[in-house]
Parts: sequence; structure tokens; C-alpha cells
Amino acid sequence: MEVVKLTDVTRVYKIGQVETRALNGVSMDIQSGEFTSLVGPSGSGKTTLLQLIGCLDQPTSGKVIIAGKETAGLNRNQRADLRKGTIGFVFQFFALIPTLTAYENVEMPLLLNGKNAAQRKQRVMDLLEGVGMIERARNRPDQLSGGQQQRVAVARALATDPKLILADEPTANLDTENGEQVMEIMKKLNQDTGTTFVFATHDPRVIKYASRVVTLKDGVIEKDSRANGK
Amino acid sequence: MINYFKLAYRNLGRHRRRTLFSALALALGTALLMFIAAFFEGEMRSAMETTIRLNSGHLQVRDADYDLDKLSVAWDYLIEDPEQVANQIAALDQVAAATPRLFASGIVSVRDESVGVQIMGIDPASAANDPYRTLTAGEFITTDDRDGILIGLPLAESLGLGVGDKLTLLVNTADGDVDEQPFTVRGIFTTGTTAYDKGIVFLPLAKAQAFSGAGNRASMIFVLMHDREQADAVAAALQGSNYTVETWVQLNELLVLVNDFSNAYLSIINLIVLGVTVTVIANTLLMSVLERTREIGILSAIGMKGRQIVSLFLAEATLLATGGIAFGALGGWAISAYFAGVGVFFGDLGLSSDMLLQDRIYPYLTLDASVNLIVTAFIVTLLASLYPARMASRMEPVEALHKAQ
Repeated sequence: MEVVKLTDVTRVYKIGQVETRALNGVSMDIQSGEFTSLVGPSGSGKTTLLQLIGCLDQPTSGKVIIAGKETAGLNRNQRADLRKGTIGFVFQFFALIPTLTAYENVEMPLLLNGKNAAQRKQRVMDLLEGVGMIERARNRPDQLSGGQQQRVAVARALATDPKLILADEPTANLDTENGEQVMEIMKKLNQDTGTTFVFATHDPRVIKYASRVVTLKDGVIEKDSRANGK
Repeated sequence: MINYFKLAYRNLGRHRRRTLFSALALALGTALLMFIAAFFEGEMRSAMETTIRLNSGHLQVRDADYDLDKLSVAWDYLIEDPEQVANQIAALDQVAAATPRLFASGIVSVRDESVGVQIMGIDPASAANDPYRTLTAGEFITTDDRDGILIGLPLAESLGLGVGDKLTLLVNTADGDVDEQPFTVRGIFTTGTTAYDKGIVFLPLAKAQAFSGAGNRASMIFVLMHDREQADAVAAALQGSNYTVETWVQLNELLVLVNDFSNAYLSIINLIVLGVTVTVIANTLLMSVLERTREIGILSAIGMKGRQIVSLFLAEATLLATGGIAFGALGGWAISAYFAGVGVFFGDLGLSSDMLLQDRIYPYLTLDASVNLIVTAFIVTLLASLYPARMASRMEPVEALHKAQ
């Protein structure tokens, strides 16, 4: 089943009189349960592609269909609705809300989805346990290491049981050990829950976990290969 | 449901000093405006009360041709047999006191100094004359006193007069001549209104009538009501004779006008002070939005809608406003209460008898003014926070996330 379907997607950024074609006619599908890496040098368009899949941005032309829903023409709130029910994000920087505890950060998407207190508590505790952060549930981000913060971010991304998790350079700011731990957690979740993961990365540690590697160069797909991930 | 106030409270706690100063600005603005409102109210109440008590009364009954500014004692302009008229008016249920008064213009001379004064002949027994009974020395004049005079404290001080001292009083008489007679200072009074006390002297009515040649006549019947709102009804009942009957509203048109103007001034002052204050609040929230661009991007990315982001920032503004305005209101009330007790000394402001003010103004804080101010400050603060809140809600998540990196 297709979770993502891109058809001839182009994204042009215009800064002053200068136009930059970040993506140029990209078409691809991502199937449910895939663990996909988008790779390529800086400026190849992988982050732009991730943002379009995540409905954080809209294409200049072409079609983006997420979980069967065409995203063109959706307003800001409709895109927010689509994101909160369907997509989870893990960012390169440790994107937690600094005033909230680890528990509250994971709880936030559930609050936005209108879950009741009992449902929230159970889900948050399960997720924090899943990423090995149950002991640090009451800590705020500034009391956690980078690796710990990223694990909480993974738990938050999974909170609403989304079909798709998008991760932009999730290990870029982590040391080897923490990077491996985060990737192990995500791979396990992928295998246990069948959640689809898409990474934008040029970290070989991430690529080795991927079951599919899509290589981008100058805004086009240069290579799309499936392999047996670790 | 998201507890916006919990989030807002924590967000405000990130920069405690900045939050404190913003709330302080709002508190100072509120306190200042509350005190100004109390001061204006106290000033206007004092002016109205003092002017009514000392000068206009609630009603005046005069001959139809009498001119208040000329102080003429010509018989044509006076009320004949005024005690009888006053008694008839006093018999009305709504009337607290009705007393005849005779006004004449005169000059007080002591040694080589002369001062122009208004001579007022009064019935010393009438309760309407209670405002003059506060004496700094001597005693109040009596009905049958034939050479005693009551003078104000500032006049006594300027002429170096004390109780028992002699002065010469000149008067413009009914037949257009000038008469003069020595008087003995019987007492020195103070009403707390220098502008009034320095320009008036009191004689018993009978003596003033005899001295000025007014016969058994008076310039007016001065009337005080139990409730001043009933003045119109009583005035209507007294109309239809040869007399002019004027109410305190008609007699104090200038004061009513000044009162309206003061309300307008107060609105402008409110606007200016609140404008400055809420700019501080808006600036604080704007800084907060700019600092939290990444966070807003993250919240948006995980599905927070625009109106929820607006709610988050409005919750912060609400907490700031609640804290600032509550402290400000408390401070404003405390300052007003303190000065309501001790007064604010202004001395002789040199105002005319159309608007008499006591030398001390006592602020008077009304519940209406307080509630209006608190509600206005609150609404204006929330309105001012709408701009940063909407700015935050309209950030595209991708741009917010990019800016932060």
C-alpha cells in the first residue's frame, strides 16, 4: 500500500530575482512499512523532498499524495490536521519544547489529537519505555543529553501512531553510540509496528539500516535501490 | 484539551526579569491611571460639593430681576419679607434648610490697607451656614450682634487682624450711596477654601439689612435639599411667582462643563498611558515570538493549528495582564486610599466662585472607575497581543524551522 506518492514534483525557491530549483520533476512511491533513506550531497534536494512529504511545504508543481490524500489546495489548518494524524517528525536538532518535560513533549501530539488523560498516560509511558526514557520522564530537555533528547523526539513522533515518520538527519548531532541507539530504536519500531520511516541523511550509519536508498542529485532522483537493511 | 495557561506560565518563566518588568509596566500604568481617576473624581466631587455648600446651594430663589454679579441691594431687585418666604420653602419635605441671604459689595479698611469684599448677611441660626462655623479663633456671630463681624482666615492674616480687633467696613447702599461703619472681629472662620475665605465677610442678616439700607429684604433664599436630585421637582413647584428659581445644575453650568471636560481629559490620558503600556506588552510578546520561531515551527509540524498557537500567546498575554493589572489595581487603590485620607495640598488655586475647590483635594476612587479601568486595560492588553499572536500563527512551519537552524 502506498503511503506516499509523488508525481512530477518540482519545487522552486525564489529569493529576490534568483530562482533555485530544489526539486525538478521528482516522481516516486513509498510503500507502507518501508525504511527509506534519502541520500545525496548538500543541496541535492533531500530536505526539500522530506518537507514536501511532510506537508510542511507545498510543491511549485506536481502532485503529492499522502496516505491517499492529495495535499495540493489544502490550507494551513488542513495541512496541520493531516500532519497530526498521519505524520511524525524527528528533526536534526533536538526539537523538543524546552519548557515541557520529556513526558509532556511526548504527550503534546496526543493532546492535539484530543486523547483523554488515561489514554495519554498509557501511551506516553509505553513510548518512553520503548525508547528507554521512562526514568527521565520528568526531566526537561536541558536535563537530557543529545541522544536522550532524540530518543524522546522519536517517542513523540510515534505518539499518534502515525503511518509515516520523517526524520531529517536524525543522527547528525549525535555521537556514534547515541546515533546507533537511536537508529536501533527506529528500526525496531519499524519492524514491530510496520510504521513507514523516511530519512534524509548522508550519514552512512543511517544508510546501513535502510531497506531502500533513494539518491538525489541536483533536485532529481539519480538512483533508487532496495536492499536488505540491517 | 491543552492547558494553555500551564504552557503560558512556563513560557513566561523563561525570562523572569523581562516578564517582571513587562508586568511592572502594566502595573504602574494601571496604578497611575487609577490614582488619576480617583484624583479627578475627588477634585470634581470636591468642587461640586464645595461650590454647592458655600456658593450656590441646591436651589436659589431670587427676584426675577436680580443679577448675581452686581450684588445690588436696590429694593427692586430684592425679596421682600424673606424670612416668611424661607419658612414656606423650608416647610417642604424635600428641603433640608432654606435661609435668606443678603449680598452687598464692600471694602474692609484697616489702618491704611483696604480690601474689596463681598458682604453676606446671614441668619446665624440656620443650618445652611454650618460650613462657616469652623473657627480658628473667636466665636460665631449671633442674630442680635450689632457690631460684630466674621472674617475669613486668609483675610485676617493679610490684614493682620485678630479677634477683638476693629476694622472699618464700607458698603454700597440701596440708594446708591456709600456708608461706612466700624466693626469688631468676632470670629475668624475657615472653610478650607482660600479663594472663598479671603473675599467674604459675614454679618447678621438684620445688621446687614440695616447697614446697607435693604430694609426687610434679602438677595435670595438659599436652599439645601435632603437629596439634590429632587431639586428640579422642588424648583418646578416654586415656579410661577415673581421669583427666579434656579437649581444647582443651572447655577453650576461651568462646573458641569468642566466635569464633562475632565472626563474627556481622563479618557485621553487613559489612552496615552495604556497605549504606552501595552506597547511594552506587545513588544515582550513579539520578542517571545521571534525567539521561539523554532518552537512554533515544531508545534506547527506536530499538528498545532493557527488558532491554537494564537491561544497559546493570548494565554501568555492574559497571565501578564492579570498579574500586572491586579498588582496595579491594588497599588492604585492603596495610593488613592492613602491620599483620600491625607489629601493632596494645592493651596489657593485662584478659582472664581463658579468653581470653588478646597485647598486640599481628596482623591475618591469609585467602583465604576476601577472596574472600567481594569476591564479596559485587560481588553487593550489582549488586543495588543493579537498582533504577535497572529504573527506566530501565520508562520509557515518550514520557514520557522529553517530560520531556527
